[in-house]
Amino acid sequence: MSTGLFLLVLLLVAAIAPFARKYLGNYAGWVYAIWPFTGFLYYLSLLPAVNEGLIITESFEWMPALGIEFSFYVDGFSMLFSLLVLGIGTFILVYAGYYMRPYPMKGRFLGYLLLFMTAMQGIVVSGNLITMFVFWELTSVSSYLLIGYWHEKPEARASALQALLITGFGGLALLGGFVLLAIPYGTYDLAYILSEPDIIKDSNLYLPALILILLGAFTKSAQFPFHFWLPGAMTAPSPVSAYLHSATMVKAGVFVLARFNPVLGGTEVWTYTLTIVGVTTMFVGAWISITQVDLKKILAYTTVSALGTLVLLIGTGTEYAINAAIIFLLVHALYKGTLFMMAGNIEKKTGTRDIRELGGLFKYMPFAAVVMIMALVSMAGVPPMLGFLGKELIYEASAAAPKAFWIILPLGFMTNVIMVFLSLRLAIDIFWGKEPKYGKIPAEPSLPLILGPFFLVLVSFVLGLFPSTMANPLTSKAITAISPLHDAMVLKLWHGFNLVLALSAFTLLSGYLMFRFRHTLLLSVDKVNIRYFRKEFTRYFFSMIDNFLVFTKLKTKTLQHGYHRFYLMTLFIFASILVWVMIWRADPIMLELNFSDMPLNLIAVVILIIAATLSAVVSSSRIIALISMGVIGFGITIIFIAYSGVDLAITMIMVETLLVILAMTVVYHLPTYKNFSSTGARMRDALVATLVGTFFMVLVLQAGTSSLETPISEYFKETSYSVAYGRNIVNVILVDYRALDTLGEITVISIAALGIYAMMKLGKK
Amino acid sequence: MLLLLAILVGVLYGAAVYLLLRRNIFKLILGLIFLGHATNMLIFVAGGLTSGRPAFLRGVQDETIGMSDPLPQALILTAIVIGLGVTAFALTLVYRFYKVTKTVDFDELSENE
Repeated sequence: MSTGLFLLVLLLVAAIAPFARKYLGNYAGWVYAIWPFTGFLYYLSLLPAVNEGLIITESFEWMPALGIEFSFYVDGFSMLFSLLVLGIGTFILVYAGYYMRPYPMKGRFLGYLLLFMTAMQGIVVSGNLITMFVFWELTSVSSYLLIGYWHEKPEARASALQALLITGFGGLALLGGFVLLAIPYGTYDLAYILSEPDIIKDSNLYLPALILILLGAFTKSAQFPFHFWLPGAMTAPSPVSAYLHSATMVKAGVFVLARFNPVLGGTEVWTYTLTIVGVTTMFVGAWISITQVDLKKILAYTTVSALGTLVLLIGTGTEYAINAAIIFLLVHALYKGTLFMMAGNIEKKTGTRDIRELGGLFKYMPFAAVVMIMALVSMAGVPPMLGFLGKELIYEASAAAPKAFWIILPLGFMTNVIMVFLSLRLAIDIFWGKEPKYGKIPAEPSLPLILGPFFLVLVSFVLGLFPSTMANPLTSKAITAISPLHDAMVLKLWHGFNLVLALSAFTLLSGYLMFRFRHTLLLSVDKVNIRYFRKEFTRYFFSMIDNFLVFTKLKTKTLQHGYHRFYLMTLFIFASILVWVMIWRADPIMLELNFSDMPLNLIAVVILIIAATLSAVVSSSRIIALISMGVIGFGITIIFIAYSGVDLAITMIMVETLLVILAMTVVYHLPTYKNFSSTGARMRDALVATLVGTFFMVLVLQAGTSSLETPISEYFKETSYSVAYGRNIVNVILVDYRALDTLGEITVISIAALGIYAMMKLGKK
Repeated sequence: MLLLLAILVGVLYGAAVYLLLRRNIFKLILGLIFLGHATNMLIFVAGGLTSGRPAFLRGVQDETIGMSDPLPQALILTAIVIGLGVTAFALTLVYRFYKVTKTVDFDELSENE
């Protein structure tokens, strides 16, 4: 099996999932989970080889002319992520297959979930920037479908749109960043870019590329101030939340940051930006979660906080920090997946997610309670769960941060205290606490619903117990992959008595105290929030969208005003400016004023036409205007005669006569002229008219001075009599050489006549 | 003479543009007619001016050097006829337009919508 093939089959499973569910019934989740689980085992089997230093690469031609390939690159870091995406994905599918039972369109839901899994797995194994971008966009699109799954609810649609717009915007920024990044390298190949980190750092494209890539990563990973879409995404069904928050989607941004850490990282701007954004997000997320009462919202904000922590650690970039980042990534994926699935279970069994209406559940579902409490223990960072190691490393990294440890450490400490508090609160309030009246008696969730949470917690527990034998092999190559200068540290559960342990103990104590006095505490936090943090980002976001729509309407109204003459004016002005520029750049025209070729009678005719034109334009009488039109027509006829256009003259005489008669009949029915325009408008129009008129004049002079070759006309002259047997060449052209054109012309005239007839008939009724 | 005719073409185009920018629908039609005249003259003048030598053959051996160019004339002939059709149609349209809307002002039309 290969990575590319695996993805292709996964995509096919996603495509047939909606249709196959009918036949698979309630076992659909189990069946669909087979393939991701196969992938999980496949990558697990490769783990020893990868730990030996193997990097799997595959490449398929896609757009060779542009240097774009469909290629894959699997190193230790991709491996860790693949295991998370596919491993957690397997459990999520089993869980979702049962969770979604009562809802309509289950098959489609599983299909979306598989599509999403394909996209995420594609990102983490991409070996080409463009390949990565394609999968990145696919996660945005499929998450839109998942978040908006209950599309009858307006808030689900709004949340989905919000997530799509924000991550879509980030996706565009990311594409821009990738393109800029690839310019100095001359290739989109990830392996080459990773092997030559100095090329981009020496290039002046570094900063723009960095800003764009960071924008992409921050929006996807819900960093402050883009954090608000993530809690909004809680309107999605629980399996989606569990998957989005643990291993996928939001981790994609962190993945990109870590992936490009060897290339883009280590500079001052990288360190400062990531540290500031990360620390802010970490604390803001934790702070907001204190006062939430919706179980899923609480978890969502702790996810925001955890993502902030990850960004902060990657930004810090020391050996401790990178180690901490990878371990914490694993820790968080394991406990957050569990907690969200459990939140779904609790909602299913009790009908509510409001923690004020939950309590005393331990006696109804002791097993589920133990599973969830273990996950909470991991979140609080208490031994022996893996979370403890994660937290210890974060403390070590914060204390040893080369820059700004004095702000990172206290805020990190407070964040952890809040995590301890939340863990205690969720565990004690939900499972012991005061028991409300439940609609029906809650029971243990069925096997598929508890299987995933149980296994994830078990993994976290085992890894925590045997860190150096179990957790180290899983993470060591991931650490060196994203930070080649550093080594993976040997993980230990017991570090001896030191500052960090003291800090941990102090954290637990503070968290407990916070819980003990939670009633007074919540009130005061609420007060602070109401006073200082009333800004609702979601509302701002949607008012921004609304304002944008208003602006667009205004813009369209201004440009598409509906006045024909202003459309024409725009057209005339721009066309004449263009032609004037062309004339300006052409050779100057040599004019010789030779009066000998100006017969006096023709001069008189031209002057007559010009006078008639002026009269037709300015006259306030329609009759005078029409008579002037007649004069112009017959004047032009004379010019045709003078310059050998005999047929033209004959035609003009007939046409002009007809036209004047026709116009007279129509004018008879129309009202007399009224003054519609102001003098200013007239002057403006006259100016435009002059602009156009003069350029046509210059155009004629240009045409007259340039020598035109007329090979076609020569052919007509030579063959007109000998081949077509006609003396009048113009007539021969019309009825013989260009006979089809003349047929078209006759058709036009017939259609016009039909139209006129129809319109007149219409008038009779 | 070329200069004089060039000025004539310019004036015709100027008049056409000015009339096309009017609010009165009838003036728009006049502008359309002017546009036709101007374009015919443009092609005619740009195609070269030949005095007193129509593109007419007396026999097979007739000398063609110095004869006027028949091609622009053929083009203009087509244009004149089609121009007639278009103008006649437009005039009828104006007539109907006024019968239906009772106005010849374009701006009132857009407000009515």
